[in-house]
Amino acid sequence: MVEWTEEERSIINGIFANMNYEDIGPKALSRCLIVYPWTQRYFSSFGNLYSPETIKANPQIAAQGITVVHGLDRAMKNMDNIKAAYTDLSILHSEKHHVDPDNFRLLGDCLTIVIAAKMGRNFTPDVHAAWQKFLNVVVSALGRQYH
Amino acid sequence: MSLNAKDKTIIRDFFKKISTRNEEIGNEALSRMLTVYPQTKSYFAHWKDLSPGSEPVKRHGVLIMNGVFDGVSKLDDLIGGLLDLSELHAFMLRIDPVNFKIFTHCILVVMSMILGEEFTPEIHLSVDKFLAQLSLALAERYR
Repeated sequence: MVEWTEEERSIINGIFANMNYEDIGPKALSRCLIVYPWTQRYFSSFGNLYSPETIKANPQIAAQGITVVHGLDRAMKNMDNIKAAYTDLSILHSEKHHVDPDNFRLLGDCLTIVIAAKMGRNFTPDVHAAWQKFLNVVVSALGRQYH
Repeated sequence: MSLNAKDKTIIRDFFKKISTRNEEIGNEALSRMLTVYPQTKSYFAHWKDLSPGSEPVKRHGVLIMNGVFDGVSKLDDLIGGLLDLSELHAFMLRIDPVNFKIFTHCILVVMSMILGEEFTPEIHLSVDKFLAQLSLALAERYR
């Protein structure tokens, strides 16, 4: 069981309350595909991923990015049992999409960097620590159902 | 994942642009690492104060960033240019190389924090590659 302090809950809720999903989602996913190009293997049906410019302009990638950050809502709303809340998402990623779980960490790192750019100085070490703890739990839950 | 000509141009230009902020970046990155990844504190048990922005943290942050900037000047032969630093890390400091990845991530987060949109995915890519190569050079003499 993961223990959250009141401060940590407040930090995580605050990040989501102030998040522009339509902005952050596409930025995080496209950054991941650019910085870690091997992750493109899961998006071969998404059209043109030829260069950073086309990746950033790709509407299917943008839509998927928004879907992903909304998926994080589920964890935020179920912080006391993220593992259970993510059971079917974990099965989906392993059985249907066959995603190497290490990719969750890579996307998480890109998401952190995009949020840091948005929050600037407000992304203090304590906020960063709470966010990283949250991501660690999410990434672990997503990888849970893998054979 | 070695550096191509485009990476080297991006890296040289970028680090020249941020050269006046190395103290700030070093301090922030190290403070952050100790807070976000508390297991890294194990290497600094001999410091009196491990809190973000404390004197030892600030001083050490600068030291590390100077090393990173030095790496930029040795871009064409990182392994050769960093042999002494590698020996220091291998035989004296003996820091587990997994921590180089952790610290690299903290540097990237700080760069993003202070530069915002200017820290584009393209720059992020080249800097990440550079820091990975730097980490490899640092670990060269480990075994």
